Amino acid sequence: MLICISSQGADLSSQVDPRFGRAAQFIVVDTETGEAKAVDNKQNLQAAQGAGIQAAQTVANTGAKAVVTGHCGPKAFTTLNAAGIAVFTGSNGTVAQALEDFKAGKLEKASGADVEGHW
Amino acid sequence: MRIAIASGKGGTGKTTVAVALARVMDSCVLVDCDVEAPNAHLFLSPEVSHTQEAFVMIPVVDDDKCTGCGECSRVCQFNALAVLNKSVLVFEELCHGCGGCVIACEPKAITEGGRLIGTMQWGKANGMDFFDAKLRIGEPMSPPLIKGLKRQADLAEAENMILDCPPGTTCPMVEAVSGADYCILVTEPTPFGLHDLNMAAQAVRDMGIPSGVILNRAGMGDNCIQEYCRANGMTILMEIPHRREIAEGYAVGKDILRSMPELEDEFKNMIKTINEGLNNG
Repeated sequence: MLICISSQGADLSSQVDPRFGRAAQFIVVDTETGEAKAVDNKQNLQAAQGAGIQAAQTVANTGAKAVVTGHCGPKAFTTLNAAGIAVFTGSNGTVAQALEDFKAGKLEKASGADVEGHW
Repeated sequence: MRIAIASGKGGTGKTTVAVALARVMDSCVLVDCDVEAPNAHLFLSPEVSHTQEAFVMIPVVDDDKCTGCGECSRVCQFNALAVLNKSVLVFEELCHGCGGCVIACEPKAITEGGRLIGTMQWGKANGMDFFDAKLRIGEPMSPPLIKGLKRQADLAEAENMILDCPPGTTCPMVEAVSGADYCILVTEPTPFGLHDLNMAAQAVRDMGIPSGVILNRAGMGDNCIQEYCRANGMTILMEIPHRREIAEGYAVGKDILRSMPELEDEFKNMIKTINEGLNNG
C-alpha cells in the first residue's frame, strides 16, 4: 500500500512537516517494498487559500491510500475523505520514524479535522 | 464627477466627509460601499424604497455529465474545486464567482448557481439618492457585493457620485475606489493615520486615480501629515479641526455640517478646486 507522509525535506531522514496543506514535500512510501519518492508541494506554500484542498488532490494523484501528518484542517480532511484516503494525525519526528509507527499500528486514524483552517 | 472617499486607517472620518460632500453637491448619489459596517445611513435616515439580494455565481456540477477530467479544478485560481474519483467537490466559500470553470468544462457539466452574499437597499434621503448594502453575516467576500451596489447606483444616472469606501487597502477598498475620477484620502495627525495614509496613497496612485488629503482632527498629534504631503507632493485639500462639538454631534447622528455649519463653504470650495484641477489636469 502507498502511504503519504508530510515532510519538511525530500528523504526519509527529514522531519515530518506538522502542516498538511502547506507541507514542503510529501514522501510517498510503498509499505511493502519500502520504495520511497518525494513529491513537491511548493505550489501550495504560497496559495492564498485552499492549500489543503490542492494538497489532497496531489496526494490522491499519487495513488496513496493513507496520509500521515501532524495536523489536518477541515477542507483537506473533506477532500481526502472524498478520495477514500485515511488520515493519521499527531505524527512528529522523522519521516522514517513516522513510517515505522504507521506500520506498527501505533497511529490512530482521524475521524475528522483536528485543527481549524489556517491554524 | 465620481469621488471616492478612502483612508487606509479606519475611523478617520470617511463617512463624515462623504455625507457632507453629498449634501453640498447638486444631483448627487451617495453610495456607502463599506458593506461590512455601513454607517452613513445613521446620518441621513433614508427612506428605503427598494431592497435586493445579491448573489455571487457558484458552480453547480451535474455528476451525470462530469467525466472527471479535472479541468475545472486546474483553472480555478482560488482552489475552490477538487476532482476526485470522477466527482467534483465544490468549496462554495472559496469561490470568487469568476465563471472560469463553466467555460473550461468541455462536457458542459457545470452550470451557474448562486450563493447569497448580502442585501442591497436604496432610496431617498432629503432628495439625495442613497445606496447601501449589508454583507451576509459570516460571508468573507465583500467585493462582488460592492461591485453590484455600484452598478445599481449607476442606474440612478446622477451627475455626481460619492463613494464612501471601506477602510484598508485590500480588495474591498480597491473595488470601491475603482472607476472614481478622484479620491479623497481622509487621515488624522497620528502615527497610525500617517502609516495608513501612505499605504492608501500608494494604492490609488497604482490605480492611476488622482488624490488629495483631508486632515481630520487637525490640531491633535503633530505635523507628520503636513510633512508627508509636502515631501510627496500631495495636496491637503482641507483641515477639519479637532473639536468636541463635532464628536458630540456625531454621537447623536448629526452630520458635520449641522455641528459646524461654517464648514459648508469650505467643502463647496474644495469641490470647486478638485473640479478645476481635473478639468485642467
